Amino acid sequence: MIRPVLEVIDLCKSFPVRSPFGRLTGEVKAVNNVSFSIGRGKVYGLAGESGSGKSTIARMIMGLTPPTSGDILLDGEDIGSTGGSPAHRRKVQMVFQNPGSSLNPRRSVSQSITVPLHANGLPRADRARRVTELLDMVQLPASYAERYPHELSGGQKQRVAIARALAVAPKLLVLDEPTSALDVSVQAKVIDLLVDLGRQLDLTFLFISHDLSLMRNFAEKVGVLYLGSLVETGRTSVVFENPRHDYTRLLLASVPVVSAEEEAMRPRIPLIDGEIPTAEQLLALRKAGGGEA
Amino acid sequence: MSSALLSVRDLHVDFTTYNQTHKVLKGINLDIPPHSQIALVGESGSGKTVTMKAIMGLLRQPLARITAGEMYYDGRDLLTMPDKERVALRGTAMSMIFQDPMTSLNPVFTIGDQMRTILKYADRRLGRTRSARERKVRVLEVLGQVRMRDPERVFQSYPIMLSGGMRQRVLIAMALLSEPKLLIADEPGTALDVTTQAQILKLMKDLVEERGLALLMITHNLGVVRETCSYVYVMNKGVVVEHGSTADLFAAPQEDYTKALIAAVPRLTGETRFGTVEAMR
Ligand SMILES: Nc1ncnc2c1ncn2[C@@H]1O[C@H](COP(=O)(O)OP(=O)(O)OP(=O)(O)O)[C@@H](O)[C@H]1O
Ligand SMILES: Nc1ncnc2c1ncn2[C@@H]1O[C@H](COP(=O)(O)OP(=O)(O)OP(=O)(O)O)[C@@H](O)[C@H]1O
Ligand SMILES: [Mg+2]
Ligand SMILES: [Mg+2]
Repeated sequence: MIRPVLEVIDLCKSFPVRSPFGRLTGEVKAVNNVSFSIGRGKVYGLAGESGSGKSTIARMIMGLTPPTSGDILLDGEDIGSTGGSPAHRRKVQMVFQNPGSSLNPRRSVSQSITVPLHANGLPRADRARRVTELLDMVQLPASYAERYPHELSGGQKQRVAIARALAVAPKLLVLDEPTSALDVSVQAKVIDLLVDLGRQLDLTFLFISHDLSLMRNFAEKVGVLYLGSLVETGRTSVVFENPRHDYTRLLLASVPVVSAEEEAMRPRIPLIDGEIPTAEQLLALRKAGGGEA
Repeated sequence: MSSALLSVRDLHVDFTTYNQTHKVLKGINLDIPPHSQIALVGESGSGKTVTMKAIMGLLRQPLARITAGEMYYDGRDLLTMPDKERVALRGTAMSMIFQDPMTSLNPVFTIGDQMRTILKYADRRLGRTRSARERKVRVLEVLGQVRMRDPERVFQSYPIMLSGGMRQRVLIAMALLSEPKLLIADEPGTALDVTTQAQILKLMKDLVEERGLALLMITHNLGVVRETCSYVYVMNKGVVVEHGSTADLFAAPQEDYTKALIAAVPRLTGETRFGTVEAMR
């Protein structure tokens, strides 16, 4: 049997909730018993609205925050003990939403890209060659190595962030809303690039987004997160054409679309008019430490 | 001159920074008939917000300069009318809804205080008088119109106590206070979750219809255009590249730019072909 690149088993994360005076008043279950796995070369999408726990899951996979309980297996190995170590970082890298703030404004492109290479112990002489190679992968000219972030457009910055993530040749790339700050034409090019790179380098992706239309076109499988729990999972085409959970239906019904064909496949449910608590209000309640929804 | 509520003719705007002059708007033409829902769509930097500011009279001079063109509201020339009249129009006959509820609401005053103040100034500009009690009644009425379940509670609340969707509805209520004829919304709801955004868009659509308003919806989201507007202007690099009824424009875009823009939008049906966007830049 082929081992999945990533296996997440019964993952939970709680955060303490404190009163303005620092007294512990309860806890938020940001991630609640989440399980999924991603096969080699596949794209798995995590969809959900603000506060549903997407970034918290990403941070646990990156070893940036420890789970309250549950296991994360990378290539069959529990990251529990190695979380955040160089060995772990060689397997998984992340691209963040905002290319502006994830690149250090005082580092040139080449310096940004070589940070992970230092940690990886690549000899200095080989680094310049590797930078050119990486820029080529993300379709930027070699001359861009000497530019600074303020000399780049949003899409170019995101390409540099991708090049930096690829520097250590990871197996898994975690993409947390990688294009949500970009124009649609730029987004299309970045997604294009990711699709290409995935094929060329046999990369596996965890793709986090609240944009369901984008997810439909990029991820083979999808998990819908609501209040920290996966309420529905499956092949993207199946989930989108036959959503079974009410929340998935509400999400799909809410997507603004550009064609009659899309409109026809959108579930028809009356959009709540402030009378019933909306997803957002439930989330706000929970953020305020209001307990289980 | 047309029978439009608002018409913009050949509008040119320059910005001067560090002694360099940039042409930001290069001849914009727009017509907003009464009771119509019009979209202005374009990518970042295309000039949507600058257009809106020019219409509202909010461009900062001398940094920004209208170098050519004309604008008429209800047949009145916006560029030559006395400042006092111009100011009186803003926030009364034409009202704006901003994108980010958190930065446009003052955190230290209650919603009720902020709305009463807005109403007081709007009344003053229109030479109308209203007692403090009458103002509160009007504010509660408008909070009800934006479907607040408990207007009195919202009236007493500080912004932080409301959800993002409720704050956005407060901003809409503020824009409706003085019964404008034209609402201009710059990216409303983009800071919100998709389920909340859908509600806000539906609310705006319903209000515009119920109250017979004209709407100028400024957005970069083509889906939002299709959901809320019947006519659309597509902007790129300071010019309107194409305009037409929403149905026609989405079914058969004429210009390469519009075609590429529509093609770049991922489809919920899953048949987007990435790699069709080369024509864009
Ligand atoms: N360090 C923290 N301390 C306390 N609560 C936290 C912390 N990090 C996240 N949370 C809470 O956990 C929940 C999930 O947050 P998370 O950032 O994972 O959401 P998300 O799905 O990524 O949302 P968004 O779409 O806004 O990025 C939220 O209720 C959030 O307030
Ligand atoms: N205060 C300013 N000083 C100098 N240039 C400006 C200023 N405001 C806007 N511009 C320029 O005018 C152009 C149009 O900007 P505008 O804000 O209207 O774009 P937009 O279409 O609203 O974009 P977005 O979708 O990002 O809001 C841009 O090139 C911008 O750099
Ligand atoms: Mg997040
Ligand atoms: Mg703008």
